[in-house]
Amino acid sequence: MPELATQVETYSAAIAIGGFTVRLNTTDADFFEVLQARYAGFVSNEPSAAFELDIDLCPPECATSNPDVRVTFRSGNWIMQRGDFRAEWSPAAGRGRIRQTATAYSTDSMLRIVHTLLLAKSGGFLMHAASVIRNRKAFLFAGESGAGKTTISSLAPADATLLTDEISYVRNLDDRYLAFGTPFIGDLGQAGENASAPVAALYLLAKGLSNSIEPVGAAEAGRAVLANMLFFAEDAEMVRLVFQAACEFVDRVPVLRLTFVPDARVWELIR
Amino acid sequence: MTKPLYVARSRRIAARKLGEEMLVMSAHGSTLFTLNPTAAILWQAADGATPLEEIVESKICSEYEVSPEEALRDAESLAQDLAKHGILLISEKPIAESSARNEGRL
Repeated sequence: MPELATQVETYSAAIAIGGFTVRLNTTDADFFEVLQARYAGFVSNEPSAAFELDIDLCPPECATSNPDVRVTFRSGNWIMQRGDFRAEWSPAAGRGRIRQTATAYSTDSMLRIVHTLLLAKSGGFLMHAASVIRNRKAFLFAGESGAGKTTISSLAPADATLLTDEISYVRNLDDRYLAFGTPFIGDLGQAGENASAPVAALYLLAKGLSNSIEPVGAAEAGRAVLANMLFFAEDAEMVRLVFQAACEFVDRVPVLRLTFVPDARVWELIR
Repeated sequence: MTKPLYVARSRRIAARKLGEEMLVMSAHGSTLFTLNPTAAILWQAADGATPLEEIVESKICSEYEVSPEEALRDAESLAQDLAKHGILLISEKPIAESSARNEGRL
């Protein structure tokens, strides 16, 4: 009797970021190695994961160059799509599936979206900002491209722990904000440490002729936080949650303008 | 005599006063607006039941040195502008809360 079915081996890696573990499943051994290398330092040995995503690889021709991300909620599922991937994720079931080409870039983008959705319900968020732990406190550095996120990260002293030079991960836990390390890589080309600490301040970066820290008004702080938050979903409820999260963060965390000369002395102000 | 205008805050927005400024975020396109003090007064008083003319007289003319006619003209223009961005509803009839809640759901 000939074999009618072939058992396909599934490779599985649990990626724990910010305390949320997402298990990624693939049947492609080579791509599994890519994922393990990409998320080294964030791979968890926990057998159970609250969220599971199956990765279906497709040939390079299945991707388009459309760079726009669309995230919509339909019939209980989040639909996430960009030219290089299409994913569906059921928050109720904690399961999802992504069809993508064999590049970790697509998986990375989808993970960022999933985490923004997970965080929004509890007042947390992802933000275009570098973050660093020093003296057991986390400091966030936000600014548009070229403002100095990578520069300030690369100037951090030896006693500082880099959480990310690209995407900061902020959770609202037990009435305090914690920043977590992420594997999301920026221009520094270095994943963050898998560590966390209470957020002591958010600095809005500006390069200048001297180092100084100035207070920022609440409305300006709110606008800056919202402008730097990662947010994709076209959904009224999610917009409300994100807006509330930004306002609460501004109420409880000092937001300051850090003007700095790009050399290590700026870190004398950040302790 | 012109018909009274009624204005109501859209339910498809999130809003919060931060410092002295009112920030309003529209659910459509996640656009963020900062309302100036006059716009904030109008927006906060827009309950769908009070005619715009009454809001202008009681909330704006009492705060600023401006004639009721001029203030009403400005308020109508402002209301039209906010409505264009989907953060305020305008009607010639009182606006029920359910209308504000259900309008153009995403």
